[in-house]
Order: sequence, then structure tokens, then C-alpha cells
Amino acid sequence: MAEKKEARIGVFICHCGTNIAGSIDIKALQEYAKTLPNVVVADEYQYMCSTPGQGKIVDAIAESKLTGVVVAACSPRLHEPTFRMASKVGGLNPFRFEMANIREQNSWVHMHDREGATAKAKDSVRIAVAKASLLEDLFPKSVPVEKAALVVGAGVAGIQASLDLANAGIPTYLIEKSPTIGGRMSQLDKTFPTLDCSQCILTPKMVDVGRNENIILKTYTEVEKVEGYIGNFDITLRKKARGVLTPDEAAERGYVGGGCNGCGDCAGVCPVIKGNEFEFAMAPRKAIYIYHPQVVPNIYTVDFESCIKCGLCVDICGDKKAIDLEMEDTFETVKVGTAILATGYDLFPIEKKAEWGYNRYENVITGLEFERLICASGPTGGHLVRPSDGQTPMKVGFVLCAGSRDNTGVGKPYCSRFCCMYSLKHAHQIHEKIPGARVYLFYMDIRSFGKMYEEFYYRIQDEGAKFIRGRVSNILEDATTKNLHVFTEDTLLQRPINLELDLVVLASAVQPVAEEDTIRKLFGVSKSQDGWMLEAHPKLNPCGTTTAGVFLAGVCQGPKDIPDTVAQAEGAASAASIPIHTGKVELEPYFAQCMDEKCAGCGMCVNLCPYGALALVEKNGRKVMEVTEAKCKGCGTCGGFCPGGAIHMQHFTTPQIVAQIDAFLLGGEQ
Amino acid sequence: MAEEWKPKILAIICNWCSYAGADLAGGARIQYPPDIRAIRVMCTGRIDPLFIMKAFQDGADGVLISGCHFGDCHYLEGNFKAAKRMFLIKSVLKNIGLDDRRIRMTFVSASEGAKWAGVVNDVVKTVTELGPSPLKEFEK
Ligand code: FES
Repeated sequence: MAEKKEARIGVFICHCGTNIAGSIDIKALQEYAKTLPNVVVADEYQYMCSTPGQGKIVDAIAESKLTGVVVAACSPRLHEPTFRMASKVGGLNPFRFEMANIREQNSWVHMHDREGATAKAKDSVRIAVAKASLLEDLFPKSVPVEKAALVVGAGVAGIQASLDLANAGIPTYLIEKSPTIGGRMSQLDKTFPTLDCSQCILTPKMVDVGRNENIILKTYTEVEKVEGYIGNFDITLRKKARGVLTPDEAAERGYVGGGCNGCGDCAGVCPVIKGNEFEFAMAPRKAIYIYHPQVVPNIYTVDFESCIKCGLCVDICGDKKAIDLEMEDTFETVKVGTAILATGYDLFPIEKKAEWGYNRYENVITGLEFERLICASGPTGGHLVRPSDGQTPMKVGFVLCAGSRDNTGVGKPYCSRFCCMYSLKHAHQIHEKIPGARVYLFYMDIRSFGKMYEEFYYRIQDEGAKFIRGRVSNILEDATTKNLHVFTEDTLLQRPINLELDLVVLASAVQPVAEEDTIRKLFGVSKSQDGWMLEAHPKLNPCGTTTAGVFLAGVCQGPKDIPDTVAQAEGAASAASIPIHTGKVELEPYFAQCMDEKCAGCGMCVNLCPYGALALVEKNGRKVMEVTEAKCKGCGTCGGFCPGGAIHMQHFTTPQIVAQIDAFLLGGEQ
Repeated sequence: MAEEWKPKILAIICNWCSYAGADLAGGARIQYPPDIRAIRVMCTGRIDPLFIMKAFQDGADGVLISGCHFGDCHYLEGNFKAAKRMFLIKSVLKNIGLDDRRIRMTFVSASEGAKWAGVVNDVVKTVTELGPSPLKEFEK
């Protein structure tokens, strides 16, 4: 602990244009600040964070020999780093800076109460000055960064992020829960608005992943446990029992030249038939299966839930000895410096919108099912047919915003952002494949916001698709023909509509995957109100999270189309590579310290610490607590409990917090 | 009670959830009464019961502790530890004759700006109804 100097505090008040000055009397605040104990200068400026504003702080530190700086401005979550840097430039230890939040938690929430806001600002400055007077020099701890990264989820976001990291020379673990990589994009037929074949642009990337020496691909694997912090995460992975050995795994067991080569003989003899999830159960698979011929890695998987262990597959596999029906889950721990979460999305269970009859009516399908039905590699070889009778549909309806922009409490309030565009693409595909077919799109607004999207919208209009503005209130099925009666109101023509259609496609909303909550909690990432993972800042840090070293890519952060997903993945990869290339990170020095003279050695704190950072050790013949700084994350839970007040929580010490409380309640005018 | 009387309420809130939620309320310009002063700690686990006692001794009319939702604490379980301590604090307060509604623990996440405003409204209302802390009488 630094020696006690007499505190000399400078207070700097920001107008933030009119953001603060509009609701708070800056002059009065400044005059008030000058009267506070220890304050030697009180200045104000239009924008404290600007170069001249920061210059005022730098100059004052030298001129007035400041020992502490208080800036009354926005939230420390926004500009604490900025002003710490300014304090440092001025020659002060950056941790001698304290911020009074008079914008987010004052002027912006008390816009019509100038008196109340000004009084509150005075209190906030007084509280901050009290803390600043007791701040000490602290030194961030620099720790080395493990030269490896983790990417969770191998859809197009995870694939792109892994390729970027790997190509930047960083060994990257790519983890995927399902047996193959590719994610949602591999289920799509064409992409809008370019009408590229989705597989054709994705498959080369999937192959690159398989080949890249820096990518350690782990499919059928989940994250089990996360320990450590930026630079040094220890990630425990659960490798689910796949029942099939890769050639490498077979070699490890001594079957050189053995292991699965993807021949598929096993599936040929397997007697168990299940629905193939990849095709939304519109095609069969066996209990030993691959989803489709392009899987990476090309290794079969046993579905142990359905397997009857007849052993036919084992027999036919023969000398390759690739199949082990007794396999169990295994665990391994990998060390990485940074991690990217790219867990993607699921479809909202659209059967919850019962009025549209999904699951009740055979000819009501989702957009993703449509993708499989129109895809040349799909269950029908690309022939769009009605599920009920295999006939080619001549009148097809699309229900947009199905479960999205829905404030009834059943669906999702947000826009799922890519359904308008893929429905337009579907309309195009029908026109292209089925001459004479008629297409109706029931919409609220068409959101064609991307590059060349609006042009694509016009093109579909020109092709003859009918756009009906109105939400579909109800769909009824004709029991004999299985045709569908769609009821809505054309809100532009203001007349009710009852159309008989052959097939209805619901552009279903998207929602986070079922595992998202578990994964997000493992990594300490918050969620937004809408359930998606929360970015560090919606505008300025869309890839980061509140956990240092953990980044987001793709739809897990919020619905986005493929271009936006890939762009964010590249951003996340770049952000995740910075600490790794720098080789070290600085940790905020908010460590607990034990004041040995006060410590009674009771050991209560040792059990409280969630990180196992504390231990009892012998010192001078008695037991005292000792902190392992590398493990301490600075939560202060030990300090909040210690009955002897023996724990010095750096930057949040008991005297500092008590001084803040006293300054609020005992200081002040009155 | 005089109409002019405004309560003095201390809030101690965690950096990761409630402080961020309060910032979000600001970003969204959700208005609430200015009768609360917040001190930021990294986690509600840091909150020593003595801080709360000190606040009441200093004349606070109410204290609000706010952190992350259970399971969402940035440090895994600091909020559980804080919530446990609340039982202790409430019983001590009752024993010295303070209404335990003067202390409240809430859980406001980084995305719940509107909830934060609601919490503040409610705490201010409750404490205003309870009136000045009886401990202030001793000082006179
Ligand atoms: S970090 Fe919010 S309660 Fe622990």
C-alpha cells in the first residue's frame, strides 16, 4: 500500500453538449465541487472526452499536483478507460481516477427535474471525491496468453472465424455438437439475392476446415466446463460417444489402417429406421448414419438412443474395426487464450401459433422444410411436392413474420431479419421450377435492407408474385383435398381474403438454440432481453462480451443473414486474435489481499471463493490467508464476509466504500 | 409528514448487471425519481453487511442492493452469498426496530433498463411511505 500523501483532487465536469448540461446546472455543480474537502481544482468543458477536454486533465495533474482525478460525465462503463489513460498521460497512476456518472444515471433519467438532477449530481461528485481521496496506486498484472483459440459452433460463423484464426497462425479448436459441421447454411438450397447455391459456396470452406493444419476439429462434442480467464482458459470438452472410430482413433487402439472411411456399409445393414433430422424427418436414416454425403468429417455416428445393438454393422465393418457399440463419453481439457461463441439458432416452434395449423395440416411447412424440398440434394431430389399427396403445388402461399414481430406473447417481438428475403427467394424458385404456378406472399412490411436486396424484391414483383399486406388470421384444411383456405384481410384494398392454396410455407421466427443458456452461463456472458447473447456494446463492441477474451459471432448474438454473419465472424476472429498475437494481457488489479495482522486464520473466506484463489498458510507461527493473484478475479465476495475486516479488496476497499457512504449521508448541504 | 420530505436512499449495485441495466435505462431515457444514489461494486458478493448498517447509522432511509439474476453473476455465485446475507441483515434490522422494507435486494440484468426504473420507482415509493428513518431521531 502506498504511503499516505495529502489528497489533492481535481474535479472535471462534462457538459456532453446538452446531454448533461440540458438537465444539470453545470456552473452550480462546479462551484459546489470547489467547496468539497480535498478538491483543489474544479473545471468544466463541453466534451471532457475530446482532446482539449482530456488536455485539461493532463495539465491540471501537473499544475495542481493532483493525487486523484474525478470526472463527472457519462458511465464509467463507457469512458473509464479513456480518462484512466488521460490520468496516466498526466503522470498519475491510472487507478487514481474515479468517475461520477451524471449522464446515464442522472441527466438522462431526470430530464425534467433540473433541481433534483443537480442535487443528485452534487451528491455523486461528493461521493466520487471521497473515494478518489482514498485511491491508491495499483499496477495491472500482465499475464501471458495461451496461443490457441476456441470456437463453439461450426455453422458458417464458426467455420469462418476458425478459418481466419487458423490462417493467422493460431491453433483453433472448433467444437460442434452435431456429427458434422456446416450448420443451418448447409441445409439451404440457394442464397438470396445472388441465388448462389448454398452448398457450393459453403462446402469448399467445410473442406478447408477439415484440411487446415491449425484447426483441431471436434464434432459431436460439447463444452462441459470453463475455468480461468482471458489468456488462460481451461475448457473441458465432453466428446459424446459416437460409437465409431476415426482412422486416427483406430490407430491409437492398434488397428492400423482401420477406422471409419465413410463407406456406409454399416448403414446398409442397419435394421433401425429413423427420421433424418437434417431433412426434418422428411427422409429416413438408420441408427448408424451420416446426415448427407457432404458431411465433414465423413465419419458415421451411432444414435445410441435408437440402436438395438444387433451388431450387424460391427460384422460388416469387419477388419476396419471402426464400430464400438460400448463406447462412452470422454472428457478432455484444452487450454486456450480466447474463445468465440457461434451457437446459431433454432426455429421457433411455430405449432404454438395454432391458427396456422403447422403439424396438424400436412401441407403447411416451414421455410427450412421448403429449402430441403426444393434442394437438388434433398429428399425429393429438388422436386417441390405437397407432403400430403406428392403432387406439384400450383398455388403456394407464404406467411411472413410467422411468429416474428408478434406481441401476443406467443411469438417473438423481434424481427427475424432474413425471412422476408428467403421468402422472396422461394417465390422466385417456384416461378423458375413450376411454370404457371401462382405465388402469394402475406406480409406486414417487406424488409429488403441489404445490398441488392431491394432490387431483388422488384425482380420478384416483376416475375408475378402477388403481395398481400395482411396477417393471416386463420388457415383451415379441406379434409378431402387437403387444400388450405387462408383467411386474411388485404389491408391495402381493405377487403377480406379467403384463398384456396395447395401449399403454405410459414417463414417461421428464429430463436436461440436450446443449449444457449447453458453455454452462455459457462462463459459468463449475459443475455439480451430478447434471449440472444448480449454483446459488450451494441454499436461500438458488437463482437465482444462482458467476459474479457470471449467474443460472439453470428445469429447467437441476434438474427442476421449470411453476409452479416460472416462479417461478424471475421470481426470476432480479428478481436480474438489480438490478445493472442500481443502475447500478453493486462488484468485489472482488483485483487484481494490479506492484512495478516488482522487475519484470525478462520478460513471462512477460503470456502467462499468461487475460484479457489484463497488458502490458509503458516506465517510466523500462525495460520493466515494467502491469495493466489492469478486466480483471483476481484469479485470481493471474501471481503464482503471476512468477520475481522482483514481483507483488503483493491480499488473497492472497505475504507473507500465507507467513505462513499459517509460522503453521501453525512456530507452535503443542509 | 411534510410534503417536501425526500428520502435518502443508498443503492449498492454490481458492475456487470444492475449498473449496466441502470445505464441502459439512461440510454433509453426512461425517467424515474432522483432520490437514489448508487455506489458501484464489482459484485454484490462484495457487500459487507456492515456497509448497510453503516448506511442506516448514517441516517439512510432506505438501502437497495441490486445484482445479477441467480445463475448470471459474473463471478458465478456472489449474488447467492449476498442474498443469504440479506436474511441476516433483515433480522438484525427488525431487532433494532427498523422496518425491514427499508432494505431490498433486487436482480436487474444488463438488458433490463425498464426494470431498473421500475425498481427505483418502487423503492422510492415504499421508503417515502415509511417516512424518515427512526434512527434519525436519536441524533436529535
Ligand atoms: S456480478 Fe452481479 S451479482 Fe455478482
